[in-house]
Amino acid sequence: MNLNDKVKQLKLECLELCVHAGVGHVTSAFSCAEIVTLLYYEIMNISKEARVSGDYDRFIMSKNHGSVITYPILADLGYVSYDEIRTFLDNGSRFGIHSKLGIPSVDFAGGALGIGIGVACGMAYAAKQDNKPYKIFCLVGDGECYEGSVWEAAMFAAQNNLNNLIIIIDRNKMAITDYTENMVALEPLMDKWKAFGFEVREVVDGHDFSQLRQAFANDSSKPICIIANTIKGHGVDFLENNLLMHGCAPTGEKAELALRQIGGDK
Amino acid sequence: MRRAMIKSVSDMIRDEGDTSLFLVDIGVWAFRDILRDYPDRAMNIGIFEDGMVSLAAGMALGGIIPTVYGISPFIVERALEQLKLDFAYQKLQGNFITTGASYDFSTLGYSHYCPEDLGVISMIPGFEFIAPGTASEFSRLFEQTHRDGHPTYCRLSDHVNKAGREVGFGKAAVVQTGSRATVIAVSTMLDMVLEAYAGEDVSILYYTTLMPFDRKTLREHYNGGRIFLYEPHYEGTLAHEIYKTFPDRPVQLSCVGVKREILRNYGSKEQNDAYSGMLPEVN
Repeated sequence: MNLNDKVKQLKLECLELCVHAGVGHVTSAFSCAEIVTLLYYEIMNISKEARVSGDYDRFIMSKNHGSVITYPILADLGYVSYDEIRTFLDNGSRFGIHSKLGIPSVDFAGGALGIGIGVACGMAYAAKQDNKPYKIFCLVGDGECYEGSVWEAAMFAAQNNLNNLIIIIDRNKMAITDYTENMVALEPLMDKWKAFGFEVREVVDGHDFSQLRQAFANDSSKPICIIANTIKGHGVDFLENNLLMHGCAPTGEKAELALRQIGGDK
Repeated sequence: MRRAMIKSVSDMIRDEGDTSLFLVDIGVWAFRDILRDYPDRAMNIGIFEDGMVSLAAGMALGGIIPTVYGISPFIVERALEQLKLDFAYQKLQGNFITTGASYDFSTLGYSHYCPEDLGVISMIPGFEFIAPGTASEFSRLFEQTHRDGHPTYCRLSDHVNKAGREVGFGKAAVVQTGSRATVIAVSTMLDMVLEAYAGEDVSILYYTTLMPFDRKTLREHYNGGRIFLYEPHYEGTLAHEIYKTFPDRPVQLSCVGVKREILRNYGSKEQNDAYSGMLPEVN
């Protein structure tokens, strides 16, 4: 299955989980669906051998509210069962809107913005100290870039030449209830990351696998920041760029329509 | 209660030119008229709680009365140093209204839970803490505190009591008097307490101001029996206040509230209440 088909399947499963639960950050998950899919299926070394040796690439979902897109991936890759991810948000379930400890491959339980990136920097530093070969991939929301702790971590990364650290900014230009440029503007975001000592790579269309692939292609002597321009709620017209749908799942006919639009004839 | 908060705060911005509102990127739709009409005093800055509290303190030093509205743990804990140093230490007034009491945001998990809010804020002397149990109680308490010269934390909950009571800042309400025990119902716990003790010969006191704690009313209505303390946050958070109320005599205290542990469950609010033994088990 090519990745375009794969991401459709994953988005369908993700949407079904949220529709069933009646809640879920569908728009945030769809914003980063291609990024996360590419990481898990192509970019990261998460082979069985690497997992056994401990030298597997780490993934920190700093924008942790998008975690529901990773649950079908974990099931597809055999980390957990499909039956278990379908307990999403049930009393006693391991699977909630924010991923938590105890889920295989989740090295850090997040949820509060601006936290995961600091942990990712610490993990990258430790790996370098131990001459470990693995990399740390950290997905950060653009709205998350308001948190001062993001920039404190960025300074540390550059100071210590953490070129085993790859930050991906999910630049959907929306935060929780407003557009970023309506608040204190984030732009020029690329210049900010450059000024903080990162090699910055922009992906014009963060839903295009070939463009994303290119951004991950080469190593650097510096920590890398990939700014991927995305659309929140991508693939479902009434979810795209809809400020009122943050944290929500479509219901009823809207849910059926969303399922059809992302390619599931159900 | 959230609607009452939006109305009270909107009225404040309209009517009181020396007030301001900061949103931590929540409530933008609800406050859209205020954000549009008063852009110099009402703003959605972005998701930076600690910096925003310092900005609010700077404005308070300039004579403005700031109100910050955000999600509980990110105001209480991320901005704790700013609450402590920028407001309490500097003796500034400001209002910090939060949503997401204890595990109201039960689908979001522990990062968004905050049953420790009172415990943390109570470590900052000089802070006021109000926890209304209904919308009308919010309106009354906010009216009485929002420009009273002190920093005030206000805990909003999505789970309210059925009927509002005549509450006043700093004063517990006496719901009933009895002889066998004294029951303290804090904020949104009142309905459950009334149901559990229906027909019982006990005194029931209702607290919506938690800092400062109204020791006087408790002393006056203590009947010598066991004290039962029902709190919607971590169990026993107010125990220190109970003991301080009676420096001259021993009291027997039983505490019901959120279990003091890292809460790793999702589920519903009711299921989490049941886990803490606050309600009959919910399937």
